[in-house]
Amino acid sequence: MAQLAGDLSLAEDCAQEACAAAVEQWPREGMPANPGGWVVTVARRRALDHLRRESARPGKERQAVQERVAADPDDSAVAGDDQLSLLFACCHPALDPASRVTLTLRVVCGLPAASIARLLLLPEPTVAQRIVRAKRKIRDAGIRLRVPDPGERPARLASVLRAIYLTFTEGHSPHGTSVVRDDLCEEALRLAARLHRLMPDEPEVTGLLALILLTSARSAARADQDGALVLLADQDRSRWDQGRLAQGRSLVETALAQRRPGPVPAAGCHRRLPRRRGHGRRH
Amino acid sequence: MKYIALLYGEPDAGPVPGTPEFMQMLGEFQSATTAMAEAGVLVDSGPLQPPQTATTVRVRDGQAQLSDGPFAEIKEQLGGYYILDCADLDTALRYAAMIPSAKYGSVEVRPVMVMGPH
Repeated sequence: MAQLAGDLSLAEDCAQEACAAAVEQWPREGMPANPGGWVVTVARRRALDHLRRESARPGKERQAVQERVAADPDDSAVAGDDQLSLLFACCHPALDPASRVTLTLRVVCGLPAASIARLLLLPEPTVAQRIVRAKRKIRDAGIRLRVPDPGERPARLASVLRAIYLTFTEGHSPHGTSVVRDDLCEEALRLAARLHRLMPDEPEVTGLLALILLTSARSAARADQDGALVLLADQDRSRWDQGRLAQGRSLVETALAQRRPGPVPAAGCHRRLPRRRGHGRRH
Repeated sequence: MKYIALLYGEPDAGPVPGTPEFMQMLGEFQSATTAMAEAGVLVDSGPLQPPQTATTVRVRDGQAQLSDGPFAEIKEQLGGYYILDCADLDTALRYAAMIPSAKYGSVEVRPVMVMGPH
């Protein structure tokens, strides 16, 4: 929807209006068979109405808006690409580096400003202001919400990787409710996996996915019944997700073979080392 | 969207007039302008005469004050402009990068404000 509107704030407003409509209508008319789809459809319709009603914008921009309105299919499922488009847009080089990560955490990952402030060690008003300014820049300067062409992607990677990694770190940190945190870890994993499908030959991308898989594989064994952290050497290995560990290890090898070592594959290597009892070296 | 690309550079940056490098730079300006025109994104463009030909006007307390030269004595001065009409910022930036001033100085790309109905 943000792609359609070209305006993140407008998209958010329409989404909110749709949710408000749901709260009002569903108790009366009953819940629709596909509640998520209902909300998305209503929100899209509102965004389209807004765009059609908008005062005539001259030239190419009007044409671009008209093309988007004409092309918008009804009731289509949100493609995985949409999230990547949003991610790349939030990390666009035309946005200042500090704002990119903040905006990504807010818009792509849905973290509230307070959590972002804690993660980045910033005052909350600063975070809120950055988000507002970045959204305005995207709208006013005409930053398109789309996945960059293959030639442009490598240059756009660094802040995207950082944002995904920080999302995972936030999810993995030991405070707050565990359900919300698990969601963030899984969100980071999903984003890393999608990015890897888009760019399978980039070692930094491969390395990041490996790192997240290897770290999250041990999530179930990290804490005891009282919530206290358990050291790696003391963890119950039967609670480790062997599937993820295997996947992660294989990706680390791929990343190393891709021969352009960077900070992420190196971290991934360190994660993989403590895998058999008796090989107790920790780095 | 309409964008203005403002071409900034230090007076001594770039090739010296009369040299083959200078001719090459002119050729690059020509190619960039042609590319924009053929893509239908060029609205207007113009090189400016050097900063010393400028006169700055300020009206303070109803009095017009004129001063010789550009508005501020800064190293990088405005040398020219392009006005583009394209679908999005990335398109504008791609064309801006073709302008030789980007190599020898800086090109600022800014959207022209869209005014609502009066």
